[in-house]
Amino acid sequence: MFGPTLNRILRSGWEKFSRDTSSSSAALLVMVIVLSIVTSLFFLQGISSFLIESLQESVDVSTFLKDSAPTEEVTALQQSLSTLPEVKEVIYVSKEDALAQFIGRHEKDQVILDSLDAIGANPLLASISIKAWDPASFGKIAEFLETTPLASIIQNVDFHERAPVINRLAAIASGVRTTALAGSIFAGLIAVLVAFNTIRLTIYSSKEEIEIMRLVGASNMFIRSPFLLQGIIVGALASLLTFILLVPFTLFLSSKLETFVPQFSLFEYFMNNFFMILFLQLFVGIGLGVLSSLIAIRRYLKV
Amino acid sequence: MINFQKVTKAYSSSSIALSDVSFEVKQGEFVSLVGKSGAGKTTLLKLLLAEERPTQGAVFFEEQDVAKIPPSQLPHLRRKIGTVFQDYKLLHSKTAYENIAYVMEVMGAADQEIARDVSGVLEIVGLLSRSHHYPTQLSGGEKQRVAIARALIHRPEVIVADEPTGNLDPYHTADIIRLLVKINELGTTVILATHNREVINRLGKRVITLEEGKVVRDEERGKFIL
Repeated sequence: MFGPTLNRILRSGWEKFSRDTSSSSAALLVMVIVLSIVTSLFFLQGISSFLIESLQESVDVSTFLKDSAPTEEVTALQQSLSTLPEVKEVIYVSKEDALAQFIGRHEKDQVILDSLDAIGANPLLASISIKAWDPASFGKIAEFLETTPLASIIQNVDFHERAPVINRLAAIASGVRTTALAGSIFAGLIAVLVAFNTIRLTIYSSKEEIEIMRLVGASNMFIRSPFLLQGIIVGALASLLTFILLVPFTLFLSSKLETFVPQFSLFEYFMNNFFMILFLQLFVGIGLGVLSSLIAIRRYLKV
Repeated sequence: MINFQKVTKAYSSSSIALSDVSFEVKQGEFVSLVGKSGAGKTTLLKLLLAEERPTQGAVFFEEQDVAKIPPSQLPHLRRKIGTVFQDYKLLHSKTAYENIAYVMEVMGAADQEIARDVSGVLEIVGLLSRSHHYPTQLSGGEKQRVAIARALIHRPEVIVADEPTGNLDPYHTADIIRLLVKINELGTTVILATHNREVINRLGKRVITLEEGKVVRDEERGKFIL
């Protein structure tokens, strides 16, 4: 009994989709647009995260050490800094490395190089360069450096000079994150509402059909199933179509985007998140198809 | 078999479709409901199909108060009643064959049984050669014959026909009425709502006349008198 019924339901779902071409294609088109928007929002999140990370990556605080600082104490300070949960990376830059870096940076500036020669000795201090997970936590790290028992080996910390820039960067990062998230939620919500209404309208056009099915004694499950299946087919097909369209789209956009966001390849990001995106699209597509059909058909099944 | 007991149906205080209607229909009877448009014929049939609930009184089908049937059990009631409507009410995305087969499918009939019975009933209504046509490809008379075939296919105990000839020319009207009489002669109860004078007068069967929601006449071998 269940076998033939299931067969009939599957067949009628496919018939509903394939014969009702105008509403099926309208729903399919809208669903492809909605899924493209949802996927674009996913990409936007990826790009904004990348931008924020690169921004944070470029921010560091240097702790300059006195020339008299004993090596063991420098190592101890390095170690205690590494144990702080806010700290991402600690790099020791010796006096010699600092000089080499300085010369490298100013190799074309003869006046500076001559001044360096005039001083005679290496005037630069050894330092510990600190990177934080979140630029906002540099304040805490600076506080630690001021209160640590090893504070005596520290000449100065450049946090206080750089604080305004760091705080501004932190604010920008958090702003970008919040805006991207709010924008995504808003655009996603609109897209979902559009898809929901399209499916509702296609079911509304089947109002009479549902009434007839009820009158000839079809159970609610028997009436509902073809519509649900139509929703599943539309959702799944739209996901696959969007996915296929994404390959050339991301390839094309990758080269354009690299001008604005160097080192970020959209196509690579797409390939790295292949299954995640496929799952997201199937989940949104099928979920929307089924949910909208269920809600829309409910009101016509009441009598 | 069917019993209307003091049934009143009011849509609002100023819109009373039926008022204190009582009658009984026995198994195997052919009953015509006549009355002008708005007399309450369609409401009466809707009450029988539990599409509407009476404001007062009760409608019994085989001793069961249809208004008290839980929604989940309504399909079972409706499967016992075949329905034919003026606007045919065919599923447009299904062929004539599929429209008829649908009723058997909802009842869980086997595929071989469906193939055998649907072909048989299409032959009875003279549409075997048109079985794979969609409703839009059929004439009004053909659509109504598909609707009758659909109402017949699961051998219901009652066939309810609401103005089945309303959209048809006299030739097709006679054709459809002949079919309904034949179905009745084979033992199925038929309730026919119509305002076609000629049809009623030629039938020579029981006629219940409705006027402004009230039963004004109920005659064994009635005529169309309004």
